[in-house]
Amino acid sequence: MFTFRMFAFPLILFTPLLIYADDGPKLGIPLSPEEIATYDYVVMPDGDGLPKGSGNAIQGKEIYELRCLACHGIEGKKGLNDELNGGHGTITTSLTGKTIGSYWPYATTIFDYIRRAMPYQTPGIFSNDEIYSLTAYLLFINNIIDEDEQINSKSLPKIIMPNQENFVWSYQPK
Amino acid sequence: MKRLKNLPHVAANGLLDRRLFLKTGGMSGFALFTAKVTSQEREKWSLNPGVGMGEYGSPSQYESHIKRSFGSRLGTTGSGASRTPIQHLDGMITPSRLHFERHHSGIPDINPDQHKLIIYGLVDRPLMFTLDALARYPTVSRIQFLECSGNSGTQAILPEPRQGSVSDLHGLISCSEWGGILLSTLLEETGLKKNAKWIIAGGSDSAMMSRSIPIEKALDDAMIALYQNGERIRPSNGYPMRLFLPGWEGNASVKWLTSLKVTSSPAMTKDETSKYSDTLDTGISELFTFPMGVKSLITSPSPGLNLHEKGIYQISGIAWSGVGKIKNVEISTDSGKTWAKSALDQHVLPKALTRFRSAWKWDGSPTTIMSRATDESGEIQPIREVWKVGRAANSYYHYNAIQAWSIDEAGESSNVYV
Repeated sequence: MFTFRMFAFPLILFTPLLIYADDGPKLGIPLSPEEIATYDYVVMPDGDGLPKGSGNAIQGKEIYELRCLACHGIEGKKGLNDELNGGHGTITTSLTGKTIGSYWPYATTIFDYIRRAMPYQTPGIFSNDEIYSLTAYLLFINNIIDEDEQINSKSLPKIIMPNQENFVWSYQPK
Repeated sequence: MKRLKNLPHVAANGLLDRRLFLKTGGMSGFALFTAKVTSQEREKWSLNPGVGMGEYGSPSQYESHIKRSFGSRLGTTGSGASRTPIQHLDGMITPSRLHFERHHSGIPDINPDQHKLIIYGLVDRPLMFTLDALARYPTVSRIQFLECSGNSGTQAILPEPRQGSVSDLHGLISCSEWGGILLSTLLEETGLKKNAKWIIAGGSDSAMMSRSIPIEKALDDAMIALYQNGERIRPSNGYPMRLFLPGWEGNASVKWLTSLKVTSSPAMTKDETSKYSDTLDTGISELFTFPMGVKSLITSPSPGLNLHEKGIYQISGIAWSGVGKIKNVEISTDSGKTWAKSALDQHVLPKALTRFRSAWKWDGSPTTIMSRATDESGEIQPIREVWKVGRAANSYYHYNAIQAWSIDEAGESSNVYV
């Protein structure tokens, strides 16, 4: 009897609170791994999310000159839009000096961003091989890899970007 | 007129008691102009019935000059920013049509019936939500500001102050009543794995803008915002849904939100690494500098809003902090020598714009006016020189230093550093 009271009282007291805390109508539709794969564009610095395929800077140069040069200039310099090359040693003094080669901490970000957003007018038109090739070209013109180096899901995350060690986290997860 | 002579001064150079306007109520009637009625005549708009009702309201034709200014990046039509004309607004709410914009590939035209939000990654149950489904979830609404972390950036980097309106200099700040579903409600339904530490939010604009958000923020006050000032979010603000992270740099509140991938670490996306990272004078750059600091701006008088003659004016402006509530705003009208607290409007809400007002008797001589806000955590706006300590010369995100306006004998304001 004593035991019953000990349990019954808190149960009555807390039941409405439990319902309130768990108050969603639960209308989410389950996703299969195949469905998730069609939506998942996230590429992580460790290479997670990188698709199959490969390319090098020689192939990338051709694509760059056809699709990218108009906005980003010859070899990523002096175009209408962001500089993609150069600026080494200027990142504390010049905004335009912050390029892929002088500033970006992770090479995987290049693949991720091209796949999401480029070319500006018609994103989504590049094949994975073409994106790897463009990534290789941008790394090559910044003197980070050789012209014939194959870039793929294994080699890209292994590249150490020149400015990577100069990044710290302001936010500290608890 | 006797009342004017006896007004209490609270700081040097004519700064009056902050409660002046509350005490005297309709002082504009005698201080600003006196209408002389000579005979019983009707104004022309009183002679005939006006136009009828309309399905959508619009401002007076005489207010048509109150608009956003904007610039697009070369070679693009939709990458750039538009700025809120904050010097022409009052109160704390930014009309939705004047909310600032920052887009990376224009505004997508999203059909809400085809839009989906998916949550996957380190969850127990990967789920997809339609807008019809989300309409049945419990919602909240909160009045909170949104500020681009690049706001006021030219103040940070230009050696000489750029001349322009408050909007030109600081217009990437707005405040709305945001309504929607707390992200924590949806994460409760998906469940979280033990190593869930970050969420990669993705938009469905053509740039598929993405940012990594700490799980602590997602479970705290992050919202899937569906409404802005009572109506569905406008396309320029993320229709049909955006992530809204109160108090944090605007870029992280991903618009046109369509995917949330729960991960154990950040994705290091283009926007959180190559942009929106803060470089120090040592060459070290800080990632994930999320909260927006305490800040205030005198919006009137300000460049373009001139004083016409000596006399009594209201100094009015906005203050905000990404940490919480504004505790106080101090005003100086003598170049920072003496300060007095300004009166805060009734609504002092956390992470929202707070309107301040002071009464000032301008004696017609040149001076410099400025405001200085303190938030509930005790943080006080720095002067520019202090803000720049330790930062690289080109560092311009999160600029929140004190803004001063120099007022000349003609009553014209200009931007000065103090």
